[in-house]
Amino acid sequence: MWIKPAQEQGIRKTVADRKVQLAVYSATARLKEKRAEAVSPDVFPEYEELRSQANRIKQHALENLDHYLEQFEKNVESHGGRVIWAREGAEVADFILGLANERGVSLLVKSKSMTTEEIHLNERLEHHQLEAVETDLGEYIVQLAHERPYHIVAPAVHKTRQDIADILERRLHVPREEEPEKQAMIARRTLREKFLAAGIGISGANFLVADSGAVVLVENEGNVRLCTTAPRVHVAVAGLEKILPRAQDLAVFLKLLARSGTGQLLTVYTSFLSGPRRRGEVDGPEEFYVVLLDAGRTRLLADKEKRQSLFCIRCGACLNACPVYRKIGGHNYPGAYSGPIGAIITPQYQGLARDPWLPYASSLCGACAEVCPVKIDIPRILLELRKQITESRTGGLERMAFRLYGWLMRRPKLYALAGRMAGKLARIPGLAKLGPGAAWASQREIPLPAGRSFRDEWRERKKS
Amino acid sequence: MTAREEILGRVRQALGREPGQTPAPAPEARIRVSSIGLDARLDLFQTRLEALGGKVHRAVTLIEARDQVARLIGDSAAVASNAGLLRRAGITALPGVGSGFLEEPALREACTTASFGVTSADYGLAEMGSLVTFASSEARLISLLPPAHIAVLAKATLLTGLDELYERHPLPAEGSSSMVLITGPSRSADIEMILVRGVHGPGVVHVIVVEEDI
Amino acid sequence: MARRVSIFVTCIVDQLFPQVGLAMAGVLERLGYEVEFRQDQTCCCQPAFNSGYHVEARAVAAHFIRVFRDAEFIVVPSGSCTSMITHHFFDIFSGEEALHEEAGYLAPRVWEFSRFLTEVANVEDVGARFDGVVTYHDSCHALRELHIKEGPRRLLRKVNGLELREMSIAEECCGFGGTFSVKFPEVSGGMARTKIESITATGASTVVSIDSSCLMQLQGALAKAGSPIRTMHLAEILASR
Repeated sequence: MWIKPAQEQGIRKTVADRKVQLAVYSATARLKEKRAEAVSPDVFPEYEELRSQANRIKQHALENLDHYLEQFEKNVESHGGRVIWAREGAEVADFILGLANERGVSLLVKSKSMTTEEIHLNERLEHHQLEAVETDLGEYIVQLAHERPYHIVAPAVHKTRQDIADILERRLHVPREEEPEKQAMIARRTLREKFLAAGIGISGANFLVADSGAVVLVENEGNVRLCTTAPRVHVAVAGLEKILPRAQDLAVFLKLLARSGTGQLLTVYTSFLSGPRRRGEVDGPEEFYVVLLDAGRTRLLADKEKRQSLFCIRCGACLNACPVYRKIGGHNYPGAYSGPIGAIITPQYQGLARDPWLPYASSLCGACAEVCPVKIDIPRILLELRKQITESRTGGLERMAFRLYGWLMRRPKLYALAGRMAGKLARIPGLAKLGPGAAWASQREIPLPAGRSFRDEWRERKKS
Repeated sequence: MTAREEILGRVRQALGREPGQTPAPAPEARIRVSSIGLDARLDLFQTRLEALGGKVHRAVTLIEARDQVARLIGDSAAVASNAGLLRRAGITALPGVGSGFLEEPALREACTTASFGVTSADYGLAEMGSLVTFASSEARLISLLPPAHIAVLAKATLLTGLDELYERHPLPAEGSSSMVLITGPSRSADIEMILVRGVHGPGVVHVIVVEEDI
Repeated sequence: MARRVSIFVTCIVDQLFPQVGLAMAGVLERLGYEVEFRQDQTCCCQPAFNSGYHVEARAVAAHFIRVFRDAEFIVVPSGSCTSMITHHFFDIFSGEEALHEEAGYLAPRVWEFSRFLTEVANVEDVGARFDGVVTYHDSCHALRELHIKEGPRRLLRKVNGLELREMSIAEECCGFGGTFSVKFPEVSGGMARTKIESITATGASTVVSIDSSCLMQLQGALAKAGSPIRTMHLAEILASR
């Protein structure tokens, strides 16, 4: 099936929802503007050079991925940590469940991680009566509302303060509060208790550094630091593509990430974590695990043309730039990743058969590629996916139409004749509104065909 | 076959590589180590940090730094780290300041009730207004749990930016389990893009820069 | 002696907006070019390429190459079709050496109309007159693949009687996107309406672009909204006197 009716309805509903449209459009506009200011040549002249460099480093890291993964593992172990390899999301959950059982842990705190969203880790843990609490403010709100994040860097971007007041009142049984600052303090108080009581902290990873065996995490609130410091055990879950060869590469990537995401020079906290607490250190976790997840990534790695999809550093800039994301929002994209990056990685992770419409949900305007800090050519990958999809399917009206198109466009005289006929047909009332014409006409007036095509006009002109 | 072997096998197959095959040389990591004079670094550090809502205080001597810390904390409870710099300045001996914690539970307990956490910092980064702290010299919770953080920084440790930091510490994991960059007070804009400070970490950050050689 | 240029009148212009092709030919002739129109031309193949039908796209692209193989200048009233030919023909023919080579030979001879004026003909003032306030819509492929941004604006500023007012989101997509416009009509229509808000806010009476497909989308949405704002291709403005 091309697109499920429920998905189509979801898109329609979001486009018609004025409140959500306003919230998402203004927030993304703001982020877009801040990014543009932060990378403008007068304040950041090295931007283009850094983008190229980031692209080269990612390409190199992926082309030699086995080497860097092994190096990473060796270094993690040399500092007393452990690396766990997971073929699929279920294996990640199994590992964490086993660990929680062994350590007698029933409460876990989590910092925002798209990878754990991707593999539905919270649901899997909850299924086994474990409490996994999201601690990023936006992510916490979304979890309380039983929703999934709307945006890679702004999970609750679709919620107004009134929505949030409702959620906090209903779920936490606190007096209604509509001031964002006070709402945040409610979350601070509630979550502080969780941080101090939790036995395991789960984080994602923005980067994995091979030469150090380190996990790098960036954030603004401090919840990542708390998740990775307060509980006795820290588990970082990361896609295996997050590898960088050297700590020094961070000098390139950190400069790009925050500027592209929120327009900051650097996020408030950047943690470079290389293992459990060492001798002489007073705090920090006593156990440190890094779970490396495949879940479709090695399949993507094998595709030379589209391998660059794995360069993504999850800054969210492509979402803010994308006019389609800004209309349909984050929840209509299947899978954890929304926007242009979601439209290319979700089909590649889950296979093209499941949501073949995703690569078509784009006007190919290219605004995403323009802002990507690691230069992923998203439109090119969308086109490549469309090609793969048409080649993997047979039949269908569209295919017949394009067969006819391909045949006709090599026969200029017939094309000219067909044009004349179509022009006449289109004047018959109602006829132009059949098929795709109806979809067009639902939003726009149909252009009237010219009385005479250019080629006929021109021939006429040359005669006289 | 273990998951490890299977995944590494898939990676090698995808890339057409053999086990143990050495990689091609990696592209150059840094592009330039820009460096500006020490006074300019301090000015820039102050501008950047204060733009984020932090506050920079200048102290000529360690004694002056101690007095500034005393003024900031007033009658409130504070936790100070075991850094030698704080001890030498006499900050750990200030009234109301708990220090010398060697066990995590006691430190945690003190940090959850203190109004101020006082630490040193290994470096400052002028271009962003960041503090750099290694776990080998600073406990992590002191700059994290109390609602306000005071850091005492020697002026001579101000670096220009990230390039310089990673040039000095190409392998930050060598002597420490963590290296944290702190760039201003904790913040969030998750609700209607409205800036809120102090969401989980300290909402107040003071940096006292000591100008004398220490 | 005037030079000869060959015009590629895109299928949309040929069938729906012939006046744009005529206007372009008129401007070129006014500048002293001899304009030829090769009757065997049809389409650049972009509809099939963008929808993923590469076999069909390849056949149509090969036809294009056959028709224009020996032309010295090929001028096109569309950024999108120009980019298809100069950028994506290489993707289409990546497996076919001979045609790939021909695409490479062809690409530097294919010119989007405004760029031909500003970079080959070297003119900004073409002697046009148009009384009114206009705003310019950057079409995506012209802007992001061909990096055409200032040229059309310079040409517009030199038109007598014309006032150019920038809209707030000139670079944002109009929502057309070929089959996207009918596969996701509400999204496409919503994008057009966002664009129209920005156009309307300028107070302009006319929105100008170098791509007729964007203009078809905007015109349809403007008409649906009952707006008096009209759409014109740059060539039509430059042909006005």
